[in-house]
Amino acid sequence: MDIFLEFLQAFAVGGLICLVGQLLINYTKMTSSRILVIFLLLGAALEGIGVFDAIESFAGCGVTIPIVGFGATLVRGAVRSMHETGLLGVLTGGIVAGAAGLAAAILFGFMMAIIFKSRTKS
Amino acid sequence: MIDNKAYVELVKKTTPKSKELKTLPIAFAVGGLICCIGQAFRLVYQTYLPIGKMTAASLTSITMIFIGSLLTGLGIYDKIGKVAGAGSIVPITGFANSVVSPAMEFNREGVVLGVMSKMFVVAGPVIVSGVVASIIIALGYYIAGLF
Repeated sequence: MDIFLEFLQAFAVGGLICLVGQLLINYTKMTSSRILVIFLLLGAALEGIGVFDAIESFAGCGVTIPIVGFGATLVRGAVRSMHETGLLGVLTGGIVAGAAGLAAAILFGFMMAIIFKSRTKS
Repeated sequence: MIDNKAYVELVKKTTPKSKELKTLPIAFAVGGLICCIGQAFRLVYQTYLPIGKMTAASLTSITMIFIGSLLTGLGIYDKIGKVAGAGSIVPITGFANSVVSPAMEFNREGVVLGVMSKMFVVAGPVIVSGVVASIIIALGYYIAGLF
């Protein structure tokens, strides 16, 4: 039952974030690039003011799977490594924390673009 | 009676709106569903792998990025996107899609100038804004900590 509730909360919050995104598309004609940047910055801001953790403990993947979660990860990493290594940490923390997602996107993106080359030609 | 011009105006006013409203529940449902798939992976990783919460979360993101990339490569993700709109853009699978899609499209322009550079057409702004935001916020905390 707990697990069911977890999924329901993830579904509701994740769905709600995408609904807001769809509203932005419908009423401002924004491109996907802008939408992604806006939600990323929203996540960064939420982490910056310290409320992201509370949302995450409620929504789980409902808020970490949307790009909002990536923004929060970057900020969390930068602030954490700032506490460890000072100014250098400020600079490096974000990318270090986001490295898994970034490297995965770059590797899989490159692989897929090479593998599925012929498909796009036709 | 309504004249031609007024009728065209009326059609213009009403058609896109009903279409727009229809996109909202689909975006909600698809976005929610993608998050639930992520939740399922995280649950499996946390339960069956000897790893911590943080690693399980990273692994979940990587898995979702892989799925998004693969479905884009197979041409399935763009079909989902046509219906789901933001429901498929905002999740991290949409970020993966925004990397793979232009990379594939510009493959004919070569590996270096096509694939490698065009894969960041959409992802580039995301990475730049995220990294800059993280530095600004952490710097703010750093400066606040000095006093």
